[in-house]
Amino acid sequence: MGKKLMEIRDLKTYFQTKNALIRAVDGIDLDVEEGQIVCIVGESGSGKSVTSLSIMRLLPGPKGRITSGEVRFEGKDLSKLSEKEMDAVRGDRISMIFQEPMTALNPVMKVGKQIEEVLLRHRKVTKSEAKSKAIETLRFVGVPRAEHIVNEYPHQLSGGMRQRVMIAMAMVCEPRLLIADEPTTALDVTIQIQVLELMKKMRDERKTSIILITHDLGVVAEMADHVVVMYAGQVVESTGADAIFEKPMHPYTQALLASIPSLEEDKEVLYSIPGTVPSAGAFPKGCRFADRCSSAQPSCTEEMPELREVLPEHFVRCALVPNGGAA
Amino acid sequence: MSEMLLEVKGIKKYFPIKSGFLRRTTGHVKAVDGVSFQLKKGETLGIVGESGCGKSTTGRMIMRVLEPTEGSILFEGQDIAKMSPGSLRKLRKDFQMVFQDPYSSLNQKMTVRDLIAEPFRIHNQPLSHSEIDGAVCRLLETVGLRTGDRFRHPHEFSGGQRQRIVIARALALNPKLIVADEAVSALDVSIQSQILNLMVDLKREYNLSYIFISHNLAVVKHISDRVGVMYLGNMVELAPKQGLFAQPLHPYTEALLSAAPEPKRIERRERIILQGDVPSPANPPHGCPFHTRCPKAFDRCAMERPALKEVVPDHQVACFLY
Ligand SMILES: Nc1ncnc2c1ncn2[C@@H]1O[C@H](COP(=O)(O)OP(=O)(O)O)[C@@H](O)[C@H]1O
Ligand SMILES: Nc1ncnc2c1ncn2[C@@H]1O[C@H](COP(=O)(O)OP(=O)(O)O)[C@@H](O)[C@H]1O
Ligand code: SF4
Ligand SMILES: [Mg+2]
Ligand SMILES: [Mg+2]
Repeated sequence: MGKKLMEIRDLKTYFQTKNALIRAVDGIDLDVEEGQIVCIVGESGSGKSVTSLSIMRLLPGPKGRITSGEVRFEGKDLSKLSEKEMDAVRGDRISMIFQEPMTALNPVMKVGKQIEEVLLRHRKVTKSEAKSKAIETLRFVGVPRAEHIVNEYPHQLSGGMRQRVMIAMAMVCEPRLLIADEPTTALDVTIQIQVLELMKKMRDERKTSIILITHDLGVVAEMADHVVVMYAGQVVESTGADAIFEKPMHPYTQALLASIPSLEEDKEVLYSIPGTVPSAGAFPKGCRFADRCSSAQPSCTEEMPELREVLPEHFVRCALVPNGGAA
Repeated sequence: MSEMLLEVKGIKKYFPIKSGFLRRTTGHVKAVDGVSFQLKKGETLGIVGESGCGKSTTGRMIMRVLEPTEGSILFEGQDIAKMSPGSLRKLRKDFQMVFQDPYSSLNQKMTVRDLIAEPFRIHNQPLSHSEIDGAVCRLLETVGLRTGDRFRHPHEFSGGQRQRIVIARALALNPKLIVADEAVSALDVSIQSQILNLMVDLKREYNLSYIFISHNLAVVKHISDRVGVMYLGNMVELAPKQGLFAQPLHPYTEALLSAAPEPKRIERRERIILQGDVPSPANPPHGCPFHTRCPKAFDRCAMERPALKEVVPDHQVACFLY
């Protein structure tokens, strides 16, 4: 087992809206080891983005806030840092990339300049040092003709190139942790694979830890060392990547895997999970998956199951999965 | 042999690029540049390819929402490519389209009942109020929605339910062909499988034919009988799905399949990582449209454009390697 870089314990992030209290992230635990890729997978609305925004302390305040829990990183609890202390962490020790690069890039500034600025903010470097570091980083992320590209504006670049520039910006200070929220969802597969390979290179060559958020189980299989499956604001299963695909234990994980068509095998009919995800403003009191679960028992709707370690390093939130696994 | 429903021959769509103060045409986006294929009754043809390769433009020409720049589209033997709006009107109920975004394709001000009944009105079906209501209820049941919900508005439904409404509406006039353009792409996987299963059931029940457009290879493989692969406005490979996925012939198809992440932790066939981006359809390369990125390109590829030809029974490919 590697050394822990981040430990999140019982994190709760709620939004107070006019009509309801939205329990977007409702008590999650998550560990990231050094040099590890942890994938958070789940359907839309399950709380993946709010988790990452909570770590980065980028929640839209005042209506959204961390109501409890801790986010331990390099000996500090990020959730308790002052705004100024957090500014020093962001972009330096931890950085983030998004699905849509234009949310992170300034449309009216040359891309080289944008990368240099990150460096100048966090490091004592001269302008020319910053410039050569920017070019070096662009080369690392696979931007051809980097010394020309630094002088271009974001709109002059293709989608895949913009994504690389955003990654260059995120990694120029060599962060210990990169949080990537659906970074390839808008990209075509032949470009997606280039970006995924780049993230593996960051892990392998720079020992960067990565939290990769995705709804695509194919991307998870490709990338993950460890997988966290989220459903309705909670972690329902958390374990190594091989175990998730070979021995999924939570009925939701099993159902998800049975729902997706595959290139390698022919499925005559796809499993279809009935119904829809419960609304974050009105979760039931028992298991949140109970009304869609084919194994549900009357007791499931009565009591919220705990996230239990049923096998070493394999955590499942389902009352029916016995300790030791295999129901 | 079952009957032919659709024969598409050499269709092209060039969009003019206008620039300058006088809005002169200074060039063309060759969105679709000579595509041919056939569709039999009861068959599902999948069309895959990356964004901008011309899938939607192809679908919209078949729907005759767009007029082809060139080529013919025979629907049950009649060429609809240049057909007048008047003659098209009578045929329109036979082909329907389902889009990616069920939100924007439904008028938010109308009730579900009125939305589903609208096709009857547009096509002047002589039906009484209660006959229409009965038809709407039957359609809602067919697509798995509650008939009691018919007086509600689209925004009160989830994404998957809205796609069911769109499908009910498309079915209203008993079409022969449905073109589904990224119909499940915006949906979460658990909802995606619900809609795919529904479409498979409806096909049998209504004897439908589908053209199923998607960038998701696994989804296309699941639902299709045959699959066409497009690249930069061209159909580069067209084959029964078993052959195409087991034995891709075109180097682009090979790269595309090898790049698609599989939800499995297995050793996979060797991955081919393409360099660079797709060229612009406003300025496509001479010769084979794929030669600028093709790992197997040779001299001839930059000079001539390969035609789609049958190299294995029923398996067509446009590549000089064959
Ligand atoms: N600014 C906000 N105000 C209120 N609710 C929000 C806000 N942002 C997210 N939520 C809610 O929090 C839940 C989790 O959202 P999110 O983390 O974005 O999901 P995911 O990224 O998994 O798709 C959803 O129910 C969403 O509607
Ligand atoms: N109305 C239009 N005017 C100009 N260009 C268009 C128009 N519609 C599509 N295009 C262009 O044609 C090409 C093919 O587009 P499209 O058929 O939508 O591709 P796909 O559906 O495969 O993503 C793209 O380059 C697109 O920008
Ligand atoms: S706790 Fe019960 S309802 Fe929930 S997933 Fe497990 S079996 Fe299904
Ligand atoms: Mg999100
Ligand atoms: Mg399209």
